[in-house]
Amino acid sequence: MRASIYTPAYLVRTVAAWAVALLLFFPLGWLLLTAFKTELQAIAVPPELFFSPTLENFHEVQQRSDYLHYAWNSVVTSVASTLIGLAIAAPAAYAMAFHKGKRDKDILMWMLSTKMMPAVGALVPIYVLAQKSQLLDTQLALIIVFTLSNLPIMVWMLYASFKEIPNEILEAARMDGATLWQEAFKVLLPLGMGGLASTGLLCLVLSWNEAFWSLNLSAAKGGTLATLIASYSSPEGLFWAKLSAASLMAIAPIVVFGWFSQKQLVQGLTFGAVK
Amino acid sequence: MAYLQLQGIEKFFGDNRAIKGIDLSIQKGEFIVFVGPSGCGKSTLLRLIAGLEHIDGGTLTLDGKDITHAPSSKRDLAMVFQSYALYPHMSVYENMSFALKLAKVDATIIEDKVQNAARILNLTTYLQRTPKELSGGQRQRVAIGRAIVRSPKVFLFDEPLSNLDAALRGQTRVEIAKLHRDLGATTIYVTHDQVEAMTLADRVVVLRDGIIEQVGTPLELYDQPANQFVAQFIGTPQMNVVALAQLPAPLAQQAPAAAATGFIGLRPESVTVRASGSTPVSGQVDLVEALGAETLIYVRLSNGAQLVARQNERTPLRAGDAVSLDIDAALAHWFDSAGHVVTRKA
Repeated sequence: MRASIYTPAYLVRTVAAWAVALLLFFPLGWLLLTAFKTELQAIAVPPELFFSPTLENFHEVQQRSDYLHYAWNSVVTSVASTLIGLAIAAPAAYAMAFHKGKRDKDILMWMLSTKMMPAVGALVPIYVLAQKSQLLDTQLALIIVFTLSNLPIMVWMLYASFKEIPNEILEAARMDGATLWQEAFKVLLPLGMGGLASTGLLCLVLSWNEAFWSLNLSAAKGGTLATLIASYSSPEGLFWAKLSAASLMAIAPIVVFGWFSQKQLVQGLTFGAVK
Repeated sequence: MAYLQLQGIEKFFGDNRAIKGIDLSIQKGEFIVFVGPSGCGKSTLLRLIAGLEHIDGGTLTLDGKDITHAPSSKRDLAMVFQSYALYPHMSVYENMSFALKLAKVDATIIEDKVQNAARILNLTTYLQRTPKELSGGQRQRVAIGRAIVRSPKVFLFDEPLSNLDAALRGQTRVEIAKLHRDLGATTIYVTHDQVEAMTLADRVVVLRDGIIEQVGTPLELYDQPANQFVAQFIGTPQMNVVALAQLPAPLAQQAPAAAATGFIGLRPESVTVRASGSTPVSGQVDLVEALGAETLIYVRLSNGAQLVARQNERTPLRAGDAVSLDIDAALAHWFDSAGHVVTRKA
């Protein structure tokens, strides 16, 4: 007879795992339910778990505040900042991974340290800069800020992924007569595609979810979905159902996107972790 | 003027002077082997010639052209790396044709050259595979194929056989020798394996600590080593080197005056084991290594020095047996106290 796998330790682990998973999922589940309720149902105490769902909130959100406009801004800012970021980070990572210098580690640490500073610390100077250069409430302002704030992570991730490519392969390309550009496009790029893809995906998600700078630098014109969600919270009191519907519409694209690219994302997060 | 000329080549890594003013002339079609213990600078010297490291001093000319600071891509050299360094995302065919495509060679000529190289290297049936679908030996051949399709001015090999198992290593060594005979290409080959050096080279360059200890044909190095280091580095088992003071008087008296405070070097084949008491040099057998075709007998002299004798005959001797050694002073090498060879005046 097969020994039972349902040992007490196994049961404890299972229950604990489910508890953690539910805890993490709870806000999302709540959001999902509330989005399909009426405002009255949404604030009912005790909360209603069974109700007849309505799409009214979604209509309302689109009518009142042009969801597609904000969604387009989100797409433009996150895609553009990711592409520009990759174009800047890849050469930096290449230089540090394949042409080692004495201060590479220091530079990398310095880059990372900028992420440790609270963003609000740079708010005033950046706000003034944006204002003086007429960039407040534009896509461009957000693209610049997203790119810069993601750069340290991008350089780190690409550096880690490039380091796994043996230098000798690039040297072989050089011996074969490849110029720097040919070396980069015909050898490094195909070999580093995995790293570039996961780095790009992660930064796309980070830019999409970015709220601090979107809220502070943009409003109705250049605002992203984060701005849209926020607009449902304060001025006219809290509208839980509409807020949930707006949030759901804001996160849905990136959740679907993340679902399909999760393998790449996980790979990107574990670069260099295992040999 | 030589085909490939190194003059005062220098390389520093930080404050460490890794290559210390190397002068070397290589003729067209020669097979040159760089050999030396690890850390002697042989791979660094090869990478300097390849242009993969920056030359800090001296000049390098190839076919009359100064290439000291030319980028690798402009030197017209091909290199076979220790790790093969094949392009993992390309098929064997693409790996071998990559350089020609970059040089914008006509497609039909590329096809011809790759097929030709594949035939020479027995790779015809593998052309569509990727490197990870090949065995180590096949990858090695692709790496060589990638080099030969280009017909470069000089082939550079960086320890190309060290990742292969012993049987394949021997076989590939023979193939490389044949390839060199057929193509007649100038070749520089780095190895730490002296059997490869002795069997492949027209001339061997022995390096130590970034300087050349000696350059010569394999047998010149074996028969006339310039110093104690080369004498002991070339030859297996290595040359017996014993302080003259440790030898019995009649033998020591034959030493040239300059070696009086130095050493005597004896190849194992110039030491013969005799019955105990038949010569003034007596000792005790330490170890007998019967290798089949030859037998190595390690003998400890009464003063503690150990000598190894090589003979073709098998022996009934065992460890602990008392023996005497017949040493042919005419075949001995003499070194002064600094290890430089001392030639005996006629």
